[in-house]
Amino acid sequence: MSNVPASAKCVVIGAGIVGNSVVYHLARLGWTDIVQLDKGSLPNPGGSTGHASNFIFPVDHTKEMAQLTYDSVKQYREMGVFTECGGIEVARTPERMQELARRVSSAKSWGIDGTSIITPAQIKELVPYIDETVILGGFYTPGVGVVDSLRAGTIMRERAQEMGALTVCAGIEVIGLDVEAGRITRVRTTQGDIEAGTVVIACGLWSPKLAKMAGAEIPLTPAVHQMKDIGPVPRFKDAKGDIEYPIIRDMDTNMYERQHGTGLEVGSYAHRPILHDPEEVPSVEEAPLSPTEFPFTQKDFDLQDEHSLELMPEIIGDESVGQKYAINGLLSLTPDGMPILGETPEVKGLWSVAAVWIKEGPGTGRAVAEWMTHGESEIDLHSSDIARFHDHHKSRKHVKDRSAEGFNKTYGIVHPAEQWNSNRNVRLSPYFEREKSLGAVFFETVGWERPFWYESNAHLLEKYGEAVMPRTAEWESRWWNPIINAEHLAMRETAGLVDLTAFALFDVIGPGALEAVQRVAVRQMDVAVGRVVYTPVLANGGGFKSDLTIMRLGHDQFRVVTGGAHGMADKKWFRDRLPADGTAQIVDLTSKYTTLGIWGPNARKILSAVTSADVSHDGFAFGTCRTIEVDSLRVLASRISYVGDLGWELYVPIEQGAKLWDVISEAGSPHGLLPVGIGVYGTTGRLEKSYRAFGNELETDYNAVEAGMTTAKVKAADFVGKEAHLRQRDEVQITTLCSLTVDDHASKSGQKRYMLGREPILTKAGGPIEDAKGRRSYATSAGSAPSLGKHVLMSYLPPEYATVGTELLVEFLGEQYPVTVAGVGAKPLFDPENLRIMS
Amino acid sequence: MEILVCIKRVPLSGAKFSLTADGRDIDTSRLGFTVSPHEECAVEVAVRLVEQHGGSTTVLSLGVEDAEEQIRDALAVGIDEGILLVTDGEEWDAQATAGAIVDAIAESGKSFDLILFGNESADASGNQVGIRVAHALSRPTLSGLKGVQVSDGVLVGERPAGSVREVFEVSLPAVATVKDGAAIPRYPSVPGRIRAKKKPVHRSTPTRPLSLLAKQSVSVPESVGKQTKILGSGPEGISALVDVFRSIGVI
Repeated sequence: MSNVPASAKCVVIGAGIVGNSVVYHLARLGWTDIVQLDKGSLPNPGGSTGHASNFIFPVDHTKEMAQLTYDSVKQYREMGVFTECGGIEVARTPERMQELARRVSSAKSWGIDGTSIITPAQIKELVPYIDETVILGGFYTPGVGVVDSLRAGTIMRERAQEMGALTVCAGIEVIGLDVEAGRITRVRTTQGDIEAGTVVIACGLWSPKLAKMAGAEIPLTPAVHQMKDIGPVPRFKDAKGDIEYPIIRDMDTNMYERQHGTGLEVGSYAHRPILHDPEEVPSVEEAPLSPTEFPFTQKDFDLQDEHSLELMPEIIGDESVGQKYAINGLLSLTPDGMPILGETPEVKGLWSVAAVWIKEGPGTGRAVAEWMTHGESEIDLHSSDIARFHDHHKSRKHVKDRSAEGFNKTYGIVHPAEQWNSNRNVRLSPYFEREKSLGAVFFETVGWERPFWYESNAHLLEKYGEAVMPRTAEWESRWWNPIINAEHLAMRETAGLVDLTAFALFDVIGPGALEAVQRVAVRQMDVAVGRVVYTPVLANGGGFKSDLTIMRLGHDQFRVVTGGAHGMADKKWFRDRLPADGTAQIVDLTSKYTTLGIWGPNARKILSAVTSADVSHDGFAFGTCRTIEVDSLRVLASRISYVGDLGWELYVPIEQGAKLWDVISEAGSPHGLLPVGIGVYGTTGRLEKSYRAFGNELETDYNAVEAGMTTAKVKAADFVGKEAHLRQRDEVQITTLCSLTVDDHASKSGQKRYMLGREPILTKAGGPIEDAKGRRSYATSAGSAPSLGKHVLMSYLPPEYATVGTELLVEFLGEQYPVTVAGVGAKPLFDPENLRIMS
Repeated sequence: MEILVCIKRVPLSGAKFSLTADGRDIDTSRLGFTVSPHEECAVEVAVRLVEQHGGSTTVLSLGVEDAEEQIRDALAVGIDEGILLVTDGEEWDAQATAGAIVDAIAESGKSFDLILFGNESADASGNQVGIRVAHALSRPTLSGLKGVQVSDGVLVGERPAGSVREVFEVSLPAVATVKDGAAIPRYPSVPGRIRAKKKPVHRSTPTRPLSLLAKQSVSVPESVGKQTKILGSGPEGISALVDVFRSIGVI
């Protein structure tokens, strides 16, 4: 006998916070015939939701996470399960005080108002049981609160049931997921099979196990978060509710303390990373408490006991207050700290909604339900997209190494450019050994080791002196070197050689290839063979899905070149939109070709020295590509530029890369060619030219008109987002991407400070700037523009501010600095007529 | 007075047990560890007696290196020091265990006025070690106690016997085994935990004598496992709920 429906439109596996949220939002968006399964019993099936500490601090440096959390709080409030209590992140060190100032800025950037830095005395007033002498101050967020996540889950399930859209089946285990021709077709359970074309894995830390049943990967690991509940606390003996005092995050010890009725809950992210395998998490029957509540290991908490005693001696030091309950609670960690959302790249119709914590649960459920319904979500989820992972990211060692490294940074001071220590040197370009011998300082992008600058260029510092805009403050000198700016200036004088092996490359081939790329690219792709087209890629709503370059290499062959970081998601985007008749296919060539860029006034002289091909301005026009012979190599050369100088991208099979490097280097040496790092390519070169970057300026929040990336005419062929794009071209523009320059870098202490990006842009009076859609203005990018002698920021600005010469402020680490709008739209600040590129 | 409490590290129960591949033991790879509720009470009794009469307390365990965790738990609620007799994880039968404890007592150089045990361990349930130790030391012993008092060098032990309570008096030094309910164990405080970390735990490694009793295999009895019974929902469920409350005597 079968206790589950024989078929469903959609099966959602998991009834934790996010599974419940997904079923509700799917129902709200019109889905019917949804079946929700859970192995455990309701309302607490035994996953991480059941033991969560349930508090929410809304401020996060990551925009995506802040937006998901903000939306979640709105939903929890609407459901009546949110209790606002306020929260304070306290600092024990001056470094932390600076970090807290940065959090105030992030709050302003993401539109979270009312936060402030408060003094130890003010903290003592709010939290009388704290020893204020061990702290220097705190970051106060009045909107912090606690939620009843189990109740919220029940409410959301019931709403979906009331809409007649949902059948809930608890106590039923999924034992198989069937896939036919790359599509999910069936969920096998202990109570019978369910035919379904859409299946959502919302199984928290068990998600990898479920995904494997279908041959897909969800790279997360269960990890321990320790917490203990002590009480009864005399001060709380008359507590009326769950919480009456602000929650304290003791950031420098990686701990939190929150009132919980008559008790105090103390949690920690300070202990050694304790990772488990999804397969070894016990079943409901085998678990003494719940499957995700492992036995507490006191010795991992010994130091935390002492830290909490320092901060709250009145309660923690009270001999009458006993430890009533303590667990090693399991939660999900991912190698990059972000959730894992979206349709799996391996299986059509199989979705992951995993590694989602209480604070972002309902917002994530809504966003994923929108994505499933409309193909995109209001909140841009590109940092959480499951398609972001490259193959090596899915290895268990990588997942564990990075999750472990990230765990102790949960409350850490994480620099925007901070590098991982674990699992490095995974993807090495053919130039790696040469770069190493030149003293390259490597940063990692999706496994590739990329030189950010070369110590071999240090001698240039003397030559350029103050023009390299040296920094004295530690924060913005971290993960930075003035050599970057020296390399930049040298490239503008002679020429630079850039390792671009980290590009993701894939060909779209076959009789339907043109149709396939036309459908995705905004720009006209029906161009002559040998043309190179830089194009936005839009979502249905007209917001950015990507920006990339496509070379037409043949009648039926287009080569897509995109950034490594977003390459896998781009590939999925193209693959999902191939013609249904199978007339076009995608071939990933990332590991087949290496790319070497050469740019600068001398680039042509250098290339001419090693090729007999005509590389004159007319003989090799900008925006074209063709195969030329360089020494003994056949090289695909493409004349484009992301740094604003004359030059080419040179592509050769990866095993020939070293030869290409040597040939070009030798030919370049009389012309002043020098290796140039990604510091120039990714920041200084592009910022001077106001070139946009995906994930910074370009997100689905903003459209091509706002980003200043429209052309005079829109192609006749249909493409994704066309309808919205045409509409947006006719609408009154409510924001425009602008370039701003910093007028005065002097802080109150006299030290010059340099913004790093994501800082709020404020009116001259210091108020936030918001457009008609409520989007805040913030620095989408920031960096040196050495040829201008300025520090440049990019920011979207509403029309009243988007005029050259408008004076505004930027807030950085607690202080405000004057800035001026220097450019509106795409017009570059440096070489606005593009004479260099077109020379 | 000087009191010794003996405890045994055992797997935390409350769920379906799995067995190791050879079928000779419980698979503890996913389990936490604890001591039996009887032993928790014995620890509490020891701490209270010393709070009342002065003196010091020692906790002893024979077990794997990780049994230090259970010793620290006892130290956290007020025991003064620990003795860990480290084994390689092989099962010691009651006779061997008692012998090791007797040797350890001799080695400790202390003349414990009172030696407390849980009535039986939570896993093997042999009911023997306390009595064997008493016999070896030629001390009087009381077992199954639900109440333990000391006055003027006399141990007063109480235990239920059917509907009546038996009260015994024996002179110290003595041995007693206590049962769950002899005292309500306290929760450790955080300062208690911090102090526990600094208290001494003396280690030695006794040699396991040839076992006279050898465990051949264990089996998990057929059980219903965890079951949730839905009594009803909404107002209709109330009478069923009231019946349950009546049957367990809370109303």
